[in-house]
Amino acid sequence: MVGGGWPKKPGSNGSNGNGKHRWFGDKRRFPKGTYQITIWILLAAVVMMFVALASSYIFLSGSEQWKPVRIPRTFLISTVLILLSSVTIEKARQRLAVDLRQYARWLFATLLLGFAFVASQLVAWRQLIVEGVYLSSNPHSSFFYLFTGAHGLHLVGGMIALIYLTVRSRRLLFGIEAEKRSAAADAISLYWHFMDGLWIALFLLLWFWN
Amino acid sequence: MAEATHEEVHRHPAPTGFIRKYIFSIDHKVIGIQYILLALAAVLVGMIMSVLMRVNLSWPGTHIKIMETLFPQGAPGGVMTPEFYLSLVTMHGTIMVFFVLTTAPQGGFGNYFLPIQIGADDMAFPYLNMLSFWVTFVGFIVILLAIFAEGNATVGSWFTKLGESWAGGSGTVGPIGGWTGYAPLSALGKIAGPGQGAGVNLWIISVAIFCVGSLLGALNFITTLLNMRAPGMSLMRMPLTCWAWFTTAVLALLSFPVLLGGGILLMLDRMAGTSFFIPGGLYVSGSTVPLHTGGSPLLWQHLFWFFGHPEVYIAIVPGMGATSHILSTFARKPVFGYRAMVFAIFAIGMLGFFVWGHHMFMSGMSPYSAIAFSVLTLSIGVPSAIKTFNWIGTLWGARIRFTTPMLFAIGFVSLFVAGGITGLVLGQTSLDFFFHDTYFVTAHFHLVMGVASIFGMFAATYFWFPKMFGRMMHEGMGKVHFWITFVGVYAIFIPFHAMGLLGMPRRYARFDEYEFLKHSKGLVLFVTIAAIITVIAQLIFYFNFFLSIWKGKKAGDNPWEATSLEWGIPSPPPHDNFAGIVPVVHHGPYEFSVPGAPNDFIMQTDPEGATT
Repeated sequence: MVGGGWPKKPGSNGSNGNGKHRWFGDKRRFPKGTYQITIWILLAAVVMMFVALASSYIFLSGSEQWKPVRIPRTFLISTVLILLSSVTIEKARQRLAVDLRQYARWLFATLLLGFAFVASQLVAWRQLIVEGVYLSSNPHSSFFYLFTGAHGLHLVGGMIALIYLTVRSRRLLFGIEAEKRSAAADAISLYWHFMDGLWIALFLLLWFWN
Repeated sequence: MAEATHEEVHRHPAPTGFIRKYIFSIDHKVIGIQYILLALAAVLVGMIMSVLMRVNLSWPGTHIKIMETLFPQGAPGGVMTPEFYLSLVTMHGTIMVFFVLTTAPQGGFGNYFLPIQIGADDMAFPYLNMLSFWVTFVGFIVILLAIFAEGNATVGSWFTKLGESWAGGSGTVGPIGGWTGYAPLSALGKIAGPGQGAGVNLWIISVAIFCVGSLLGALNFITTLLNMRAPGMSLMRMPLTCWAWFTTAVLALLSFPVLLGGGILLMLDRMAGTSFFIPGGLYVSGSTVPLHTGGSPLLWQHLFWFFGHPEVYIAIVPGMGATSHILSTFARKPVFGYRAMVFAIFAIGMLGFFVWGHHMFMSGMSPYSAIAFSVLTLSIGVPSAIKTFNWIGTLWGARIRFTTPMLFAIGFVSLFVAGGITGLVLGQTSLDFFFHDTYFVTAHFHLVMGVASIFGMFAATYFWFPKMFGRMMHEGMGKVHFWITFVGVYAIFIPFHAMGLLGMPRRYARFDEYEFLKHSKGLVLFVTIAAIITVIAQLIFYFNFFLSIWKGKKAGDNPWEATSLEWGIPSPPPHDNFAGIVPVVHHGPYEFSVPGAPNDFIMQTDPEGATT
């Protein structure tokens, strides 16, 4: 996954043996795997932040004032929506090399599912507010809003990236530009799947650890 | 650089306009210098604050005219209040740790030299690089705003309009609470006392902005190092500086998100009425804090120190890299135990994530956890000792060239040992009970993480200045600067240990009212005078730095006869570093005193000689 473009020894990467050296052919501008590596590194940082927040959640869950919030049913719908979006983005990625229009269509479907997910989260917030559960009510409700809000913001970041991919999908690209696009699609889908997994982890934490 | 093709490889053309060239530049070299200039500005602010603190400790009640003009509330008649002093402590720490010790070593020298040393034409993401600098710069502006939002009633009133929790103009120069911003003090807002309104808000915002800037930087550093190395530049052929910057980037990547998370929780406590850090029934300033329930101040300490301990390594690890590199160059010997150095530097970094509890021995912690944290803390002594041993091994039997960068590098080793050794004292729970919150702690961290890091950066500045600006810094001034600073910092911080043994507590605005500290008056005065002399000596450095940019002796491509890639290109380097040529690396970074080599050293790009 990250092995693609690692320079190892002279001669192992494009050197043609006559003392002339080429950097991955003409790909020095874009060493393979750059986006993928970057997304993994970025996700490491995201993990650290959510681990910090989840640890705080577990740390405070021992307090006497801890009152678990009743989990809104809407979350089950959210979960189905985001799982579906992981399927559609995979479909999109598969179609990229074959048919750009289908690629764009699946991307758009993913985007719509992303919107629907965020909408379902807002509906869940609305339901809680109607029940009188606010951000500042007690530590559990605070974490409830915090986790969903922080995850939602990260997902919106992914949606902006999806919009970028969708816009780019209208152009026919060749050579390095096409490679860049496919690398970007791989990297963004990795991020998207991660957000899917993160949601499930947070959901389970809120549901069962209280 | 004999073996290369003349391929066009640079990815962005050289900019021509002033703004794109010097202000919003995407060239990693310009960005590196911008970071260094930012640190040079920030360190000036931090130093002025430390002098003001020393003046207050030795001569309480001194009238300082300009303080009266700038801060009529905090220093009525030019005399600082104790609250003013406490906010100086806070801001001195914050500015020094974030905007000096984190920006210059990594953002500055790392940005400038990591791509060149690995043979890349720029960072992996040049625009991201520009963004990280400017985000950091905004963070600095916000922390400066915190000074005036609390210190000046006029500026404070602008913020007061933003709402209840933004009240400013309370007569301090920023928040009170130390660079650690301990909750619940920092979480409560105005009722907690002066400096707790706009000051703390701006402090949190500044730190959060800084986190984002550092994260973007770390992302770029790691990707660049993993993915952009020149052919032949295997991981074990990288200069130790690159290993140090890489380790630092990993530390930043994994620790800053935790501080960012903590900062968000703190802000929510202040703004949205949540109770992450505020326990129920908290009694402050004569009344119970209403509406808050269920939080824990200890949680903040855990989050903060999980970041805070790696952060102090973020400050010093680049200094270790620069020191190893410079010692080897001027000892004209290969680094003793290169592999061991690599593993030790990475081990120090990684161990840094498992020791945060040693900052909290006194905060209420299970004795079993304390033992675990203590043992892990002491185990950092092992890789540290490996590094020190190898530095001495590098110097052993060498014909040393005592240039200014070499002096500062040797000074780094001295300070690292002197400051590190007290870490073994403080890392033991039983001894920490006595030393906690005394000047002994202040002595420890100033020597090892403050001054040693700065010495690493001085060494790096004198060493790389010829490459960055094409001119040498003045050696004579450099040596005077070194000796005054070296003697000066020991004169300041060795007495700190004695004060700690006397039981002198940190952060107190004055000591003249305590019977048991009556005898320490002379010591306090001695430190103050040493501090003033040392700070004045830094003006020599500033003068030397800016004079040499224009008037320094012209430097050749390789004035130090060093081997790494940056010394094979012109000084200053061209826009895309290698002028469109892809360097090919044949050797390790420290091929000095090579038998049979024509110049006693072999450049990393030199195809001649045995391949190592």
